[in-house]
Amino acid sequence: MDPTALLLSRLQFAFTISFHIIFPAFTIGLAAWLTVLEAMHQYSGRPVYRTLFEFWLKIFGVAFGMGVVSGVVMAFQFGTNWSVLSKMSGPIQGPLLSYETFTAFMLEAGFFGILIFGRPRVPPWFYLFSTAMVALGTTLSAFWIMVNNSWMQVPTGYVLQNGQFVPDDWAQIIFNRVVWVRFPHMLLASYLTGAFCVAATGAWYLLRRTYRAEAHVMLRMGLALAAVLLPVQLFIGHLVGDYVHDYQPAKFAAIEARWHDEQPASEVLIAIPDSTTESNRYAISIPVLGSIIASMSLNSKEVGLTSFAPQDRPPVAIPFFAFRIMVGCGFVMLGLAWLGTWLGLKHRLERSRLLLWGIFLSFPLPWIAILTGWYTAEVGRQPWTIYGVLRTADAVTPSLTAAAATASLILFVAVYAFIFSFGTYYIYRLLRAGPAGLGGKPLHVPVPNRPMSLADQVPASRSYLEAGE
Amino acid sequence: MVMFWVALLAISILIYLLLDGFDLGVGMLFGLADGEARRAEMLRTIAPVWDGNETWLVVAGVIMWGAFPVVYAMLMPTFYIPVVVMLLGLILRGVAFEFRGKASRSRRIWDVSFSVGSFAASFMQGAMVGALVEGLQFSNGEYVGGTFGWLTGFSVLCGIGLCFGYALLGACWLVRKCEGPIRDATRRQIPLLAVAVLAFLVVVFTHALVEHLPILRRWIERPYLFVFPLIGAGAAAVLATSILRHDDYWPFHMVALIFASAFGTLALSFWPYMIPFVVTIEEAAAPHASLAFMFWGAGLFVFPLMLLYVAVGYRVFRGKTAAAADHY
Ligand code: HDD
Ligand code: HEM
Ligand code: HEM
Repeated sequence: MDPTALLLSRLQFAFTISFHIIFPAFTIGLAAWLTVLEAMHQYSGRPVYRTLFEFWLKIFGVAFGMGVVSGVVMAFQFGTNWSVLSKMSGPIQGPLLSYETFTAFMLEAGFFGILIFGRPRVPPWFYLFSTAMVALGTTLSAFWIMVNNSWMQVPTGYVLQNGQFVPDDWAQIIFNRVVWVRFPHMLLASYLTGAFCVAATGAWYLLRRTYRAEAHVMLRMGLALAAVLLPVQLFIGHLVGDYVHDYQPAKFAAIEARWHDEQPASEVLIAIPDSTTESNRYAISIPVLGSIIASMSLNSKEVGLTSFAPQDRPPVAIPFFAFRIMVGCGFVMLGLAWLGTWLGLKHRLERSRLLLWGIFLSFPLPWIAILTGWYTAEVGRQPWTIYGVLRTADAVTPSLTAAAATASLILFVAVYAFIFSFGTYYIYRLLRAGPAGLGGKPLHVPVPNRPMSLADQVPASRSYLEAGE
Repeated sequence: MVMFWVALLAISILIYLLLDGFDLGVGMLFGLADGEARRAEMLRTIAPVWDGNETWLVVAGVIMWGAFPVVYAMLMPTFYIPVVVMLLGLILRGVAFEFRGKASRSRRIWDVSFSVGSFAASFMQGAMVGALVEGLQFSNGEYVGGTFGWLTGFSVLCGIGLCFGYALLGACWLVRKCEGPIRDATRRQIPLLAVAVLAFLVVVFTHALVEHLPILRRWIERPYLFVFPLIGAGAAAVLATSILRHDDYWPFHMVALIFASAFGTLALSFWPYMIPFVVTIEEAAAPHASLAFMFWGAGLFVFPLMLLYVAVGYRVFRGKTAAAADHY
């Protein structure tokens, strides 16, 4: 292995996973929202739910497809680029990923076809069931991958034997406290992504004065969900911070840009960390607050980066800024969701065009928070791949050459850029055309063999064809 | 435990070959078809199932990682380039399903990416199997054959052979699922594809003889292995007659049987090695704690459920795909 192959592999992993997470973040939330819509439609019979369902289903289809293909890459990239890691941690990470594939991916994939194409062929209850199974699959998938990643962050329940991590306590690996704060943090992040996209679309239609009925439902449901989930998310975020404080002190110090041990510790709000001088420039900090946040005490001693040997320190700038961006996004979203819900309750939301613009433009915020959150977590744990045990530099495939790694990185960037631009363009067109702007074929063409379908009572036979054709 | 996971790995790979095989095959034939109506109909026969089919690749991959981490860690770097190209091919064809229906002027792009992606993925899969059969260089559990060590005349031949095989499977699938002009046109392609596959088998076999591939010794040691080629030959005979009778149903099943027997032949001639003559099954197996954990949940309970999802999926979409039905 030459050192550049290591760097290129890291870049490639960071790039492909960042690309991948964009889609799960969206589809986990959207699948749950589709299930709710379908259930509400079957329960109340109101056509607006059905219209919204068909509309979001198409967007879901595109995003899900991109999530699947970029996910398949991830499953193989452990082996291609991180073969030492794969061999050593295979006995633990392999079974976890197997559980993810068996319980989650197959469930999603099995019912995805029915969700997209099967409505005319199955009875309504079964269709609702399939929708719920896709949603369940995406949630289970998030659970297992968070177990997997949490084990890399805080390895437990293993013994090292013959150069392999041999599991000796699966309960400890799966049910530890780190998983049970990080999984909810990720799940809520995904629901928030769904909620904000739905609300932003509603706001957009209201601004354009189209699809008012649908827009109201989207805006109301999206904002209400976000208004409830955000405080919970911020609280869980605090618990996530607690685990970092307890298990990964070097990462915690990097997030706080704390270079030297302090007692009581101050909280750096903003600064430019400088690793050459091991200090912060232009720092604005509040005394004592650092101890309160970290340990809920007025004079606890908090560890600084210089307490760690230089080769054991993570980079500081990325975790420091990424963390602040994530938290900032969280508070901006909180403001928007609460203000919007409050004005909505007073029936003044539609007239506050400024707020509608704000909500419309806020749709990238959850994604930014998710990506920066992951950068905090992953860059902050460097130089370790398995925290405290296996260094990233030792985990890379020994036989990988810089030339091969360069070629694969260029190919991934090129292909992803290509499909990403078309994918977002198509989603944009679907959103622009809106729930009814889909003219064309009727939804229910008689299908010759529909043995399982009872007469499905669908009120509006809203058409459901590709937009913009 | 170890035997259970070998069996499950083999079953998953076989399911992948059969399911994604026809789906990749349709992708390659798609490039030959002209006219939007035909293409759309071909796509409709696989659109509801492709995601499930492809997931079996992930199933095989993660079983390998979980149950045989050593093999996973040795083979993935060995096949760095082919795996990356295969994945990119799968990406390009996978997005085409959803994109093509949403596109207007750009539809051509996705037609091309669909067939080129299918071709790239199929070819690389065949080439990897070929390289594995021919033998690869390892030293101390590390691959030492170079970035292009997998690329030989023989592996290229196997890549092309697998493309024909998948195309044959895809053609039989179309005959089974379609009616009218598509079925008739596809039916005419079957004899050609079948002859190509046969020719390829002959060439591979001769090559193995000429080069004295070590794998051949297994055949002399274990004559009972010839059961599989015999089953394959029987299936080929039924295939021929069912094509002559213009039957829609049997060709697919017979080609599937041929695939299964070819796979069985190969798998048993590797036995007890996972990477021929380098790593045995026992050496590659993960510790008992890992295998048992996978067995008591995923293996025993969830695997049958997975088969159930597949069955439900295919049942919901069974029968001929009517021309104007469904979405798109
Ligand atoms: C919190 C969520 C999350 C995270 C962090 C990841 N994934 Fe993912 N993944 C999903 C959530 C998800 C999902 C929601 O289940 C997807 C996205 C859209 C979809 O179709 O399923 C998916 C798809 C998906 C697939 C395709 C499944 C199929 O064939 O149907 C694979 C193989 C992976 N992922 C593998 C990975 C690996 C190896 C990851 C880590 C390195 C990873 N994912 C991170
Ligand atoms: C989905 C959101 C994720 C994002 C955005 C993300 C981001 C990153 C980034 C930026 C790096 C590069 C760090 C560096 O080298 O400086 C990285 C590395 C890595 N991550 Fe993640 N990650 C995510 C999820 C995961 C998950 C779920 C796993 C494992 C189950 C994982 C395993 C790894 C591994 C093995 C590396 C390479 C080795 C290393 O550099 O530590 N990541 N990730
Ligand atoms: C006050 C608000 C928040 C705090 C204190 C907080 C805290 C944290 C911390 C400390 C981490 C690093 C965890 C690690 O290193 O493993 C993290 C990661 C993360 N955060 Fe936040 N967070 C907040 C808000 C948000 C919001 C609003 C979102 C998304 C909508 C979000 C999404 C994420 C994600 C996706 C990760 C990476 C996954 C993980 O490591 O669990 N966070 N958060």
